[in-house]
Amino acid sequence: MPRNIIDITDLTVEEIDQLIATAEDIIANPAKYQNACAHKQLATLFFEPSTRTRLSFESAMLALGGSVLGFSEASSSSTAKGETVGDTIHTVSCYADIIAMRHPKEGAPYAASQFSEVPIINAGDGGHNHPTQTLTDLLTIHREKGRLDGFTIGFCGDLKFGRTVHSLVNALSRYENINFVLISPNELKLPRYVKEESLKKKGIPYTQTTDLESVIPELDILYMTRVQKERFFNEEDYLRLKDSYILTPEKLVSAKKDLSILHPLPRVNEISVAVDRDPRATYWKQVKNGKFIRMALILKLLGIEV
Amino acid sequence: MNIDSIQNGVVLDHIQAGKSMDIYKYLHLDELDCQVAIIKNARSEHMGKKDIIKIDSPLDLDLDVLGYIDSHITVNIIRDGKRVEKKHVELPKKLVNIIHCKNPRCITVAESQLDAVFLLSDPAKHTYRCAYCETAIDKKF
Repeated sequence: MPRNIIDITDLTVEEIDQLIATAEDIIANPAKYQNACAHKQLATLFFEPSTRTRLSFESAMLALGGSVLGFSEASSSSTAKGETVGDTIHTVSCYADIIAMRHPKEGAPYAASQFSEVPIINAGDGGHNHPTQTLTDLLTIHREKGRLDGFTIGFCGDLKFGRTVHSLVNALSRYENINFVLISPNELKLPRYVKEESLKKKGIPYTQTTDLESVIPELDILYMTRVQKERFFNEEDYLRLKDSYILTPEKLVSAKKDLSILHPLPRVNEISVAVDRDPRATYWKQVKNGKFIRMALILKLLGIEV
Repeated sequence: MNIDSIQNGVVLDHIQAGKSMDIYKYLHLDELDCQVAIIKNARSEHMGKKDIIKIDSPLDLDLDVLGYIDSHITVNIIRDGKRVEKKHVELPKKLVNIIHCKNPRCITVAESQLDAVFLLSDPAKHTYRCAYCETAIDKKF
């Protein structure tokens, strides 16, 4: 059976530490890795649009000396003719050595893993999980703070449908002494199952609030998220909630000097562009880190040691 | 009230009173040709009252379904009019094609040919989660 990464907990804490160490080595010595995946092929199957995730996977594989194939929207695949996920994956696993897959339906990568003969990486499934974004976030936090424990992190925005939030809360719940501050409108609170499984069961304290400004001075990391239009069945609800939180330089006045502001991107207007000039804005570094951690993950799943 | 003993078949005993029709439905007992007796509200020393189902034919039962509906049920296998085996059922760790995900965003709703797989996540609360999208379903029986 191939090794798949469907959920961040498919990796142990030790494996995540190893991936971070590999990514750091890739950043320090890129030439060492440039032919590591020669003659290997990555299929990027994106049934839903993406800029960063797809391009970072492709850039990662190319930087490893491998090649890429795939599609960037469901309409350019046989899905448009009614083909099932299982049949698509069966077919693609005949051509590629590893598959990165994004799908609007939750659980589609798990379904794919039941049919695949090559490793499947979940590149985002609806509002459910996005483990490689989580690895990106963990590498970024590690690079910024030098550790993955002992800090206060605030998650702000759409915590209900924000799959990156679910995965990161889940991942960080395995580290020590992390305080979670959950900032969202009442309608977009973190789902009960994430709180139950990741926090309550492990006795991890958390606070919930609707007010970003009252908690911003406590935070070491602020993880902003976009209210995602594509997750709403009702446009009225989206319009009512989309501007719930807009981070501006004024709101950052009371924040710590070494705060790290993360965002999985894309942003709409939840972080003012004026914040981009603030040295605490970390989201562009986060984008770059995404490529390096995906390189590390591809190497691991293909069993290639450099 | 007299219900004949069965010669070769299965007796499901210690069913919580009122649940026998759920079991009848989930085990598809309506599709059997043999005699099936449903006894509701039978007197029970331990339970006060209970339901019993007698099936007058040897049958491979889906113990996962029984365990999911009521983990207190006992399954008695009858041969030549005598009980030859008594089984206790348990809350199953995994359910396949017994319940279905209600999350409209779940892949199993869009592609119904996929097996509906649920995993037991909280035995105390009898909570199962869809193996695909992790949506929880609290046991409804």
